[in-house]
Amino acid sequence: MIPRHQTVLFVILLLASVIMGAVLWNQLRRAHERLLRGQDAAPTQAPLVAPAEQATLMVANDADNSVQARILTLPLPQNPEARARAVLGKLLDLYAAPDATHPVPGGAGSVAQVFLVPIADDTGKASPTAPQLAVVNLTSAFATGHPSGLQAETLTVLSICATLNANLPNVTQVRFLVDGQARATLAGHADLTRTYPAGQTAPNEGAHP
Amino acid sequence: MPARLDTRPSSESAVQSLRRRRFILLLTALAICLTVNSQAPPAPKFVVVLDAAHGGDDLGARLGNQSEKDYTLALSVKLRSLLMARGISVVTTRESGADVDANRRAEIANRANAAACMNLHAAFVSSKSGPAVHLFISTLPATANARFVPWKTAQSAWITRSNELAGVLNAALTHAGITVTLGQTALPAIDSMACPAVAIEVAPQRQTVAQDAAGADDAGFEAQVADALVAALVEWRAEGGQSGESRP
Repeated sequence: MIPRHQTVLFVILLLASVIMGAVLWNQLRRAHERLLRGQDAAPTQAPLVAPAEQATLMVANDADNSVQARILTLPLPQNPEARARAVLGKLLDLYAAPDATHPVPGGAGSVAQVFLVPIADDTGKASPTAPQLAVVNLTSAFATGHPSGLQAETLTVLSICATLNANLPNVTQVRFLVDGQARATLAGHADLTRTYPAGQTAPNEGAHP
Repeated sequence: MPARLDTRPSSESAVQSLRRRRFILLLTALAICLTVNSQAPPAPKFVVVLDAAHGGDDLGARLGNQSEKDYTLALSVKLRSLLMARGISVVTTRESGADVDANRRAEIANRANAAACMNLHAAFVSSKSGPAVHLFISTLPATANARFVPWKTAQSAWITRSNELAGVLNAALTHAGITVTLGQTALPAIDSMACPAVAIEVAPQRQTVAQDAAGADDAGFEAQVADALVAALVEWRAEGGQSGESRP
């Protein structure tokens, strides 16, 4: 014979288990509904992070060894470093396109960071309007995949330098890193150990038939 | 006493003979000096430095199943033969597949007192472009000649002459019907050269995959380029590109 108090305790525990199960099931259903509501509320278009502006890309052309200006409208961030990365990303996207005049695989993701460093004057002080050194950190995948050749590498370096200068006039010098490290050459030819003048678009004399 | 009288005249004649001999010797020496001075100074030798880029583990670009290192060495050997057949002295920086660093290349070129230094490269052009030759001079700004120049920017005193040499090469290649592009590049190998220096990138047409497998055997184009380069250097010599006269 089961004692009365044990029967009551069993019934109470059974009821508590049922109630707890019902509460848990209810909470699970609500969480699921919240998740579905969240998905429904997700934007179907990417939010505009920056207003569209005109950017000048200095695009290289292998056929005549030239670097020519091309004006495009792009969403450009206000932060100068983010802006520099955005324009270089667009430039490298053009080079990664199938109909590129200077085919280089990689695209926008090849520019890991761009750092802008003020160049100190003779007194050792750097004003906000002082010339800047841009340090472009490329990915090793970009350097490894870059076509090897004197002309191909020279054009890539010059077009990056000229594009930075065209969109950020304070940038007068450019240095390159690959995965944050100094590297001797881009793909066997273009010297990456030196500081390049940003406004240089030297190979623009064109081809001779 | 009579014996003493006999010896006196013979002593005087010996002294006179000695004086005569000295006079003749002096005249001979003077004649030799005049002859040497009257000869024209030896003409400065026309020396061309051929610098086949890359070497060792540095293969450079791929041209089919051939590396740029091998292609430039073969081109260097071919050019050397053609130039020597025309009486032009040639100094090469690389005779095998071994690596030679940029400073050593410049050192060899500078010791040669060369009238022309040619840094040889090769790469496939993109499929859209036809075969071409890309000529580059250094990006260093031109400076006046100084007695002592920094090693890394030695070429800056020769930029004007390098530009003229590039013009002669461009004219010869264009005359041969080859597409040429001109430009400037930052290349340590030529930046330290104290001579008219041009980097030459031979860019044959990229072949099909099947042809690639058989090798980048674009011998016709390569021979055409080699002949045009030799013609240009013969022209450069005729224009007064001798080593002694080519100093900036």
